[in-house]
Amino acid sequence: MVALGLGAVAIAAEWVTGAASYAVGGVMFVVVVALIWTVIMGGPETRRALAPYGLLKPGVLWLCLFFLAPLWSMMVMSLSSKESRFDFFPSFTWEWSNYSTAFSEFGPQFARSFLYAGIATVLTIVIGFPLAYVIAFRGGKYRNLLLGLVVVPFFTSYLIRTLAWGNLLADEGPVIAVIDALRLEWFLESLQIMDNGKLLNTPAAVIGGLTYNFLPFMVLPIYVSLEKVDVGLVDAAMDLYSSASRAFRKIVVPLALPGVFAGSLLVFIPASGDFVNAQFLGNPNTTMIGNSIQDQFLRQLNYPVASAMSFVLMFIITIFVLLYTKFLGTEDLA
Amino acid sequence: MSEAYGARQRWGRRAVNTLAGLALVYLFLPIVVIVVFSFNEPKGKYNIRWQNFTLENWANPFVEEELTSALWVSLRVAAISTICATILGTLIAIALSRYAFRGKSGMNLFLVLPLTAPEIVLGSSLATLFLNRGVGFGYVTVIIAHIMFQISFVAVTVRARIRGFDWTLEQAAMDLGATPARAFWKVTFPLILPGILAAALLSFALSVDDFIITFFNAGSLVTFPLQIFGASRVKIPPQINVLATMLLIVSIGLMVVGSVMGSRRRRRLEGVA
Repeated sequence: MVALGLGAVAIAAEWVTGAASYAVGGVMFVVVVALIWTVIMGGPETRRALAPYGLLKPGVLWLCLFFLAPLWSMMVMSLSSKESRFDFFPSFTWEWSNYSTAFSEFGPQFARSFLYAGIATVLTIVIGFPLAYVIAFRGGKYRNLLLGLVVVPFFTSYLIRTLAWGNLLADEGPVIAVIDALRLEWFLESLQIMDNGKLLNTPAAVIGGLTYNFLPFMVLPIYVSLEKVDVGLVDAAMDLYSSASRAFRKIVVPLALPGVFAGSLLVFIPASGDFVNAQFLGNPNTTMIGNSIQDQFLRQLNYPVASAMSFVLMFIITIFVLLYTKFLGTEDLA
Repeated sequence: MSEAYGARQRWGRRAVNTLAGLALVYLFLPIVVIVVFSFNEPKGKYNIRWQNFTLENWANPFVEEELTSALWVSLRVAAISTICATILGTLIAIALSRYAFRGKSGMNLFLVLPLTAPEIVLGSSLATLFLNRGVGFGYVTVIIAHIMFQISFVAVTVRARIRGFDWTLEQAAMDLGATPARAFWKVTFPLILPGILAAALLSFALSVDDFIITFFNAGSLVTFPLQIFGASRVKIPPQINVLATMLLIVSIGLMVVGSVMGSRRRRRLEGVA
């Protein structure tokens, strides 16, 4: 199983080329034939023992070929350079300078990505927690309906939703009209949410868009963990003369924490790699790392530096994910 | 409990309810904009300012040819990739929930990784692989990419839905003389089918809506989100809003049908038991 996956990755990622790739392919073929042979010839015992591997194989092979192998080629690409100006395609040269370029030229974008994604994550907790709490504890028979309402907005296209925020925040749009009517402009300006009477094309708009687009990823995991909370525990605490807020802090919050952690990961990751919100709602000074990767890859055709940036992003996020799974497992992440 | 204390608690309750209500309003604000502006008669190229009410856009939802053909491309890609990914993902889910085997926890982690990797990394790295190998971008690369991110999603969703499934039912069927294949198709499959269908529907939606990964691997192929992204720099016809509203209505319809069928099924099963 592992050997098959490795073989597939090896061929796809060009660890082995030419004759060697045929050899690896041949070995894989022999392994597959041997596997099929043992399944056909073996008794029910062997068949049962091998069944899970047989079921896993096609999907896992696909993931090896089109998820793992690409990560390898990305790593190789991030250490490549064009040897002469006339090369169309970069080749592997241990070009570490791609990484220093990534940091020196796109440091601000990295910083903004993590800053915006971090603020958006905190905001989704602030907005999502009461919603999940009310659905879980006070939803009654409307629970499923309310959960449906949380998900329904996300059945429209991601891009159209984000464009609609552009409509809402535009200079003559409804949000500005409300702010004008309530004379809140000075307040929002002092918080640096508005900029010269504008909401659209500000950092706040980008963060708002990120918060909006990934909010369900926070609400649903928090709901799932709150749903498991036994309301009797809260009642018991109150019977023992705990105040409502104390019962909330000591019982509900700790039990909801796994959901908050899972939600944070599920919001922070896509938010940090996103470039749509920065593109539609931001300005040239709010670009995030996603914008830079996209620009370097698809427009400047500067694959090595784009790969270096992707690799750094992937590396940082993988650390978060591994820390998370080490302490909390993989169950809540789906 | 004192009177003041009870009042404070009531106010707290009301405050939390209000916050939750506001969160729902926030969730629906842009949806309202999308639906309302599908009835707008815009002046100029952008459908941003409200002008006049018209049914014109709904009468001719498909006049924007590029937009319509892009929608068809998306639906076609999603149909193919969803079928493949549902089969591959379901097999993984069955293996994970039914059998105990070596490397299971590693497998669980491996499945979660594509879901937790930023889309931009998945998209750009896959495009690097295709570039390296000289694969031309188009339908095939987009479908490969979509299957890749859908497999994990289907596997994880189906696994969650069939958690606690009683696999001894199949054993019972075999004890009564059914072949393993027959036991699977007659007993297990009908019971896990709703979970599989739910996962397939959601992953279909993911495919139709995917922008970032597709953006890197499409070449000159234009899917619905790519068309919108391109259009957003030039002009935004109100038909975009009409098609988006249609997609919304269809998805809500499917969700309602699904939940009605689910509850009817549950009632029937409870009736049996």
